[in-house]
Amino acid sequence: MIYPDAKLASNIFEKPDMASTREGFGKGAVEAGKEDVRIVVLSADLAESTQAHHFQKAFPERFIQVGVAEQNMATVAAGMANYGKIPFITSYATFSPGRNWEQIRTTIAINNVPVIVCGMHAGVSVGPDGATHQALEDMALMRALPRFTVISPCDSEEGRKATLAAAKLGNPVYMRFGREKTPIMTTRETPFEIGKANVLWKSSEPKVAVFATGPLVHNALLAARELEKESVGVTVINVHTIKPLDEEIILAVAREARAVVTVEEHQVAGGLGSAIAEFLARELPTPMEFVGVHDQFGQSGEPKQLIEHYGMGVSHIVAAVKKAAGRRST
Amino acid sequence: MITDKQIKDIEKKALAIRRTVIEMLAEAKSGHTAGPLGMADIFAALYFHVLRHDPKHPDWDERDRLMLSNGHITPVRYAAMAHAGYFPLSECLTLRKFGSRLQGHPERERLPGIETTSGPLGSGLSQASGYAYAARMDGKTFRVFCLMSDGEQEEGNTWEGAMFAGKYRLTNLTAVMDRNNIQIDGNTEDVMPLEPLADKYRAFNWHVIEIGGHNITEFIDACDEAKSIKEKPTLILAHTTPGKGVPSIENDYRWHGNPPGKGPTDKIPADKQKETFLKELEETKV
Repeated sequence: MIYPDAKLASNIFEKPDMASTREGFGKGAVEAGKEDVRIVVLSADLAESTQAHHFQKAFPERFIQVGVAEQNMATVAAGMANYGKIPFITSYATFSPGRNWEQIRTTIAINNVPVIVCGMHAGVSVGPDGATHQALEDMALMRALPRFTVISPCDSEEGRKATLAAAKLGNPVYMRFGREKTPIMTTRETPFEIGKANVLWKSSEPKVAVFATGPLVHNALLAARELEKESVGVTVINVHTIKPLDEEIILAVAREARAVVTVEEHQVAGGLGSAIAEFLARELPTPMEFVGVHDQFGQSGEPKQLIEHYGMGVSHIVAAVKKAAGRRST
Repeated sequence: MITDKQIKDIEKKALAIRRTVIEMLAEAKSGHTAGPLGMADIFAALYFHVLRHDPKHPDWDERDRLMLSNGHITPVRYAAMAHAGYFPLSECLTLRKFGSRLQGHPERERLPGIETTSGPLGSGLSQASGYAYAARMDGKTFRVFCLMSDGEQEEGNTWEGAMFAGKYRLTNLTAVMDRNNIQIDGNTEDVMPLEPLADKYRAFNWHVIEIGGHNITEFIDACDEAKSIKEKPTLILAHTTPGKGVPSIENDYRWHGNPPGKGPTDKIPADKQKETFLKELEETKV
C-alpha cells in the first residue's frame, strides 16, 4: 500500500494531475530567484523548452542568453560562480552535460564552483525528436565527476523542490528533467531532502525492493499495485538523489526484501542501477534486475510507445520483480 | 607616466622571473619552457605595475583578476607571484611534485591568488567573460585580465567566449594573447593558420591593440588604453618570441613542452641544458 509518510496525492492511480518535471524547474527557479539575488539563469537558445523563460520574465536582468554555445554557457557560468553568483545553466541533457562535459569537469568540478547544470529532455520520453535528443547517458557522465551531486526528480513538484534545494547547496549539482507531462505523485507535504530517498509504497512482507528514479517512479507504483493483487509484496523507493546515494535506507530495504529491481529511464550502464549495484556488492550482495535502456539508442515515436518498446513499461517492471523474487538471497 | 627607472626595475624583475622559471622547470623535470620565458616581460609588468593587487591579501575583494587560460605556462605566473611576495621563492622548486600547491596546471583551491583552474585550452576567455559580466552586474570597478595563447585560438570555445564578450560589451575585460607562433606539433600557421587574428577579433566587436610583447612600455600603454575604451572589450595582441632570453631555445617549437634537461639535444646535451640556459640568460639580459 501507499506509504502514508510519503504524503502522496490521492489521485495518483485514477486521474493524476499531469505536468513535466521541467515545469517544476521553471517554477522552482523563479522561487529561488526571489529568495536569493545571487541566482542567475543562463540559456543556450532554448529558454522556452527548458522553462527558463519564466525566470527570464521575472528577472530579466539576471537572465543571460549565450546563444547556441553550450561550452560557452558552462565556462561563462563557471566564471560567474567563481565571482560569487549561483548560476543555473539550462539546455538539453544531450548538449549539456553531453557536449560540454570537459568544460564542466575542469571549470566547474575541479574549480569547485557552485554551478547547477540542468539537463532537460532526458530519456526516450522526449519522443518524436529521436535518438540525438534523448539523453540516456547523462547520469553516468555526471555521477563519475567528484564534487557533483546528481538529482533526478520524479515529478513536477519534486522538480520544484529540488531546484530550490540545489540553489542552497553551495556545490556543483546536476539535475535531469523530462520533456513529457507525467503524473504528479508528490505534494507540497511530501518530504524532500537532497540525499534522502523516500519510501512510497510498502507491502507488509516485501519480497523485492524496487528502487526507481524520475517519472518512471509512477510505473513502479502501478507495478506495485498490480503485484499486490497477485500477493507479491514490494517496497518502492523514490531515489531522487543518485549521488550521494542514501545508503542507509537502501541497505535497510534491500536487507528486508533480499532482492532488488532498479528502474530508470537511462542506460543501465552507469546510472541508478549501477550505483546501487556498486554499493550492494560491497555491503550486502543481493540479486538484482535492471529496468532501463540496455545498450541501445532511442528513436522517434510517442513517449508511451518508446517506454514500452525499450522495456520500461509497467509489465516489464512486474516481470522484473517476479524474476528477482525467484532469485532472493537466503 | 611611467619613468625609465620604473621600466628598468620591471626589466630586472623579468630577468629574475626567467631565472626562476629555468630553475623550477629543471627541478620539476617536466613542464613547458618556451611559453613561460616568452611571457616573462608581460608577467613582470602585470605583477609589478599594472595589476591592482595585494600579495599579502590574495582574496582582497577589489583586486584585479588575472585569469590564465593557457594553464601550461603557469610556471611564469608562479615565479612572478613568488617574486611579488605571494609565497616564498623556495616553494617554486616544489613545482609539479606530490603535495605541492604549485600543480602542473594551476588549480584555484590549491594556491591563493591563482583565480581559476585551467589547462585544457580554450575555456579561459569565457570564464573571464562570465566573471567580468557578474562583476559588472554588481557595479564592481576592478578589471579582469585573461591571458591566452595563440594555439588555443583553434578551440571553438575561445570564439564562443569572444562572441559573448563582444555582445555584452565587457569593457572591464582585457585579453592578452601570447602570439608566439608555436604550438606542440609545430608552427601555428602550419598546424592551423590563425591569421588575420587582429581582424578576426575586430570583426567580433573587440578593440585590438598590437604590441611587441617584450616591450614593457608598449604593454603598459596598451593596458592604459584598454581602460579608456568604453564600448568594447580589448585584446592586446602581443607578438612574443618563444623562449625569449635564451637564444638556444628561442623560436624552436620543440621547446614548447620540454623542461631544461629533457629538451632537444642537438645543440646542448641534456645534462648541460640548465646551466647553459642560465648562462645565456645572464649574457643576453633582455
